[in-house]
Amino acid sequence: MHIAEGFLPPLHAAAWTAVAAPFVIHGTRAISRTIKEHPEAKLLLGAAGAFTFVLSAIKLPSVTGSSSHPTGTGLGAVIFRPPVMAALGTIVLLFQALLLAHGGLTTLGANVFSMAVVGPWVGYAAFRLLGRAPFSVRIFAAMALANLATYVMTATQLALAFPGQNGFVGAWSAFLGIFAITQVPLAVIEGLVGVLIFKALRSWAGPELSALGVFSRRRDHAGTKVDEAIHA
Amino acid sequence: MRKHASTLAILLAIVALFAVAMVLGTRQSTGDGETFIGTDSAATTHIEENHPGYTPWFQPIFEPSSGEVESGLFALQAALGAGALGFVLGTMRERRRQRRSAADDSSRPVSDPEPACDAAELQSRG
Repeated sequence: MHIAEGFLPPLHAAAWTAVAAPFVIHGTRAISRTIKEHPEAKLLLGAAGAFTFVLSAIKLPSVTGSSSHPTGTGLGAVIFRPPVMAALGTIVLLFQALLLAHGGLTTLGANVFSMAVVGPWVGYAAFRLLGRAPFSVRIFAAMALANLATYVMTATQLALAFPGQNGFVGAWSAFLGIFAITQVPLAVIEGLVGVLIFKALRSWAGPELSALGVFSRRRDHAGTKVDEAIHA
Repeated sequence: MRKHASTLAILLAIVALFAVAMVLGTRQSTGDGETFIGTDSAATTHIEENHPGYTPWFQPIFEPSSGEVESGLFALQAALGAGALGFVLGTMRERRRQRRSAADDSSRPVSDPEPACDAAELQSRG
């Protein structure tokens, strides 16, 4: 989903940087607050960052004949709330821009906004809205939609910058054809990976996750029920 | 055992999905040039074709000098991430094991209804 270096007109590049910056600053503060309030959750924070780091390095072939990578931002968004992912995602994108020439410094703002802001927020919203559904369904939706939303946002950003003769809608569907369709099976795969990793985290870091409020809603009903099923 | 069965089912589903996407993708690619090119470069190509007047106004300050170097750096990224994730998960697993055994051999009079949380609290303080 990286927009390549120099491939956004200067005005767009500046605008997306301005839009993304407050989220990243807020996210950095959110990380230090989280560490202060929940020192026991440092390991989980590391897990969320590492998960995004490894997933965004793996490029997978997909149905459209092109390949793309998962984002892994849904996991941290669900555990720590989306602002934390704005900061963690920026680190990943900076690494790729500086060392791999994937993405870029001029397009960093736009890439941060799609992968580290929109993706996590959409995933978190899905997780919250599905409050009554079984836990694994909520995780699956959060991970898959965080992934997909990132690519839809990238297509939107490129369509805004390069509307072409067909206008915004025509360009948007063209870019969606490149990004979103490729991403659908990968989003489903990421959702399934998310269910697996959460199973591990639940059994190994249950108290930390509870302290962070991941299971706080309806713990008496769905929460304990799912917990029992996992430990059975 | 149910736990392992569902894990296995999910793993199989991931492999199956991956295989289907790969087969469909291979049929999609027209045969000219590389198959499974990255979407990032597909988007760049699309822009270059439709907006021949546009020239990128900034170049990456560092670019891997060959595909080999690039894939090596990608592998490094994946290795760093996977290494850190594995370390964290392993530490958590061990931590839970210790919590459990601490809760098990606490022969002192049980005053706390939730020994697991008590152990967690002790650990975070220590």
